[in-house]
Amino acid sequence: MSKRVELNIKVPSQTRYLAMVGQIGESLAFSLNNYRGNRRELAYHLNLCLTEAMTNAICHGNDSDPEKDVHITISASDDDLIIRIYDQGPGFEIGARHKVNAHPCDEGGRGVNIILKLMDNVRYVRNKGVNVLEMTKFLD
Amino acid sequence: MQLKISEKEENVIITVEEERMDAHNSGNLKERMLQLFDEGKCQLVIDLAAVRFIDSSGLGALVSGFKNASARDGSLKLCCLQPQVRSMFELTRLHRVFEIFTTLEEALDSQS
Repeated sequence: MSKRVELNIKVPSQTRYLAMVGQIGESLAFSLNNYRGNRRELAYHLNLCLTEAMTNAICHGNDSDPEKDVHITISASDDDLIIRIYDQGPGFEIGARHKVNAHPCDEGGRGVNIILKLMDNVRYVRNKGVNVLEMTKFLD
Repeated sequence: MQLKISEKEENVIITVEEERMDAHNSGNLKERMLQLFDEGKCQLVIDLAAVRFIDSSGLGALVSGFKNASARDGSLKLCCLQPQVRSMFELTRLHRVFEIFTTLEEALDSQS
C-alpha cells in the first residue's frame, strides 16, 4: 500500500453490527502490503479493539440508545493505522477506567485495558458534544 | 447464541456453537448458566472448540458463571480453546482463575 487508505463507516448504535465492523478490521490487516509482523495476530487484535471500542461507544458513550449512530474511521498507511470511534452521548471516563486493572473476578471493566495493552497510543477526546476514542497502531 | 446442553453424570456440558462471543450474544450464555444453577446444576464444563473470537463481554459471562458456580460449591471448567481464544485468557490473566483443559474428556475426568 503506497497511499493512505481511509475507511468511513457509520452504523446504528446496536451490538448486532460488532461482528461486521470487526471483520473489516481483520480484512484490513490482510491487505497491508508491507507489514512484516504476525498478520493473523494483527487481524485478531484489530477485530478485538474495534469490538471493544464500539461496545464502549454503544453502551457508555451512546447510553445504549439504538436510535443513535456509531461513526468509525480507519486510516491506514505503511507506517501506522489510526482508528477513531465517535459517539454522540455523554461519553465515558477512560481515565477513571484504565487506571486499575480489572480484578480477576470482576465481570466487567476489561475492555479499555485490552485496548491499552494492544494499541500503541490511545486517547479519548470530548469536545462540544462529540466524543472520539482514537487508537493508533504503529506498523513498523 | 447457539448453545448445546448435554449431561454426563453430574456434569453439564455447554457446547458453544458460535464462532464469536461478544457483547451481542454473551448475555445468552450468562442467562442459560443462571437457569442451570437455579435447577441445582452447578458442575459446568464449557466447550469452546467452535469459538474463534472472544471479547471482554464473553470473558465477563464466563467469569459470572465461574463466580456463581463457586458460590454454590460447584465448578466451571473450560476446554478446547483455540489459540487466539487462549491468548485472551493470558492477556487478561484469567488463565490463573479458570481450570482450562485441552480436551472435553480431560475436563470431565478431572477432580473438582
